[in-house]
Amino acid sequence: MDKDASRKKTIAAEWEPRIVAFFCNWCTYTAADLAGVSRMKYAPNVRIIRVMCSGRIDPQFVLDAYSKGADGVLIGGCHPGDCHYVEGNYKALRRIRLLKRMLADMGIDEGRLRLEWISASEGEKIKTTINDMVETVRVLGPLGIPSRFREWDKEMEIMESRIALEEVTSNV
Amino acid sequence: MSEKPKVGFYWCASCGGCEESVVDLAEDILMVTGAVDIVFWPVALDFKKHHVEAMEDGSILVTLINGAIRTSEQEEMVRLLRQKSTLIIAYGSCAHTGGIPSLANQFEREAILKYVYEDSPTVTNEKKMRPKSKYQENGRVTTLPEFRNVVRALDQVIDVDYYLPGCAPTPKLLKAAVLTLLSGNLPPKGSILTPDIALCDECPRKKSKPSDLKFTEFKRPHWTVIDPDKCFLDQGIVCMGPATRGGCEALCVNGNMPCTGCFGPTSRVRDQGAKILSSLASSVGADEESKIDGILAGIPDPVGTFYRYGLAKSLLRGKIHKTA
Repeated sequence: MDKDASRKKTIAAEWEPRIVAFFCNWCTYTAADLAGVSRMKYAPNVRIIRVMCSGRIDPQFVLDAYSKGADGVLIGGCHPGDCHYVEGNYKALRRIRLLKRMLADMGIDEGRLRLEWISASEGEKIKTTINDMVETVRVLGPLGIPSRFREWDKEMEIMESRIALEEVTSNV
Repeated sequence: MSEKPKVGFYWCASCGGCEESVVDLAEDILMVTGAVDIVFWPVALDFKKHHVEAMEDGSILVTLINGAIRTSEQEEMVRLLRQKSTLIIAYGSCAHTGGIPSLANQFEREAILKYVYEDSPTVTNEKKMRPKSKYQENGRVTTLPEFRNVVRALDQVIDVDYYLPGCAPTPKLLKAAVLTLLSGNLPPKGSILTPDIALCDECPRKKSKPSDLKFTEFKRPHWTVIDPDKCFLDQGIVCMGPATRGGCEALCVNGNMPCTGCFGPTSRVRDQGAKILSSLASSVGADEESKIDGILAGIPDPVGTFYRYGLAKSLLRGKIHKTA
């Protein structure tokens, strides 16, 4: 028991926030490039996925990221009025406003979803946004949806093994 | 002994509407009973579990199971039927995607039991007694099914061959499915036996749907005088049509009510709720945060509206409760 508890503790101590970032090709991804060539250091917890526009980000992508183990999702787009496709970022904003409210109803803290406008010249903002989000999510702790699903489904294994046992004994 | 193919029906966590839809075949039910032997149908025929247990594995051609799965008894029965049936059809929204019962996934198991046995205004239970799954008295043991942590769709418990969606599926779809199965010309496993296109495609109001929607407010249907000829979305009423599979022939729309999404998503969509959220929110006619929020406030319960029939099969499967 004690051993198990201490093991759990070390796992918790080793846990690092995992954040999936969707950055638009024209502004935020370019800013992330700028942060890179400027050799800025920021938290290594973010996996960046480049999309053509923040308006391309389907709310399904966000839910899928959580359900596959992300602790947070960061979305970056062009500043209002600057969208390469005129109004893709407004569509993103409207979706995220409703998605945030729905996620709150589903027990997912507001801090786990963040939308930021970051232009191609704002390498510094990439750094501060990512660092800030990683700290927010670190305080919130692991979301751990895949392990939760496994936990939920354990209750069915008991019956599976019981039925399997009955089959074995009835065949004897 | 007849050589007619054997068919079974079973229900789990459901309202009985799916059973009703079988009876709604009306005269066509004679065609069905003429072509097949119904070997198990608890709602209508007096066959017991032991009759099913006595059958050979795979001897039932097809069993249609409706209802979501919440208890260990339901789990046990569907596993038994899976073993005895060559084909399993998830019949109706609850078996297909969790249905209305899976909205219970917004609440923890303990909260549900506490409300039902202690807090509900119609309950007097001073000793706070709860039923036990196993009880022994004078050497006799009585058991009750376990109440599971979450509500599941049928394919989250057993392997499912086909799906017939709907709350309830229409008799026309049932008849077509039975004829398809009897023809022996089986569709690929996993098929949903309806057209794979959004409801809007068969909606009689399709022509009045504007190509560029702009919501300035969302109206609740029961507070609104609804124009019977105009697209619901154009009237500011939430309609799940764009994110919902067709096949019902727009029954609700023809009754002047918007689609609530019972047929589930098309094959291109993984999460019906996220998809309709995306569609509706992006058409909000405002660019400022506060104005956007003001318009979206017209959708007071996004989970209950967008996942009304499909929370169990959504990407998050229900509310993520804080663990202690």
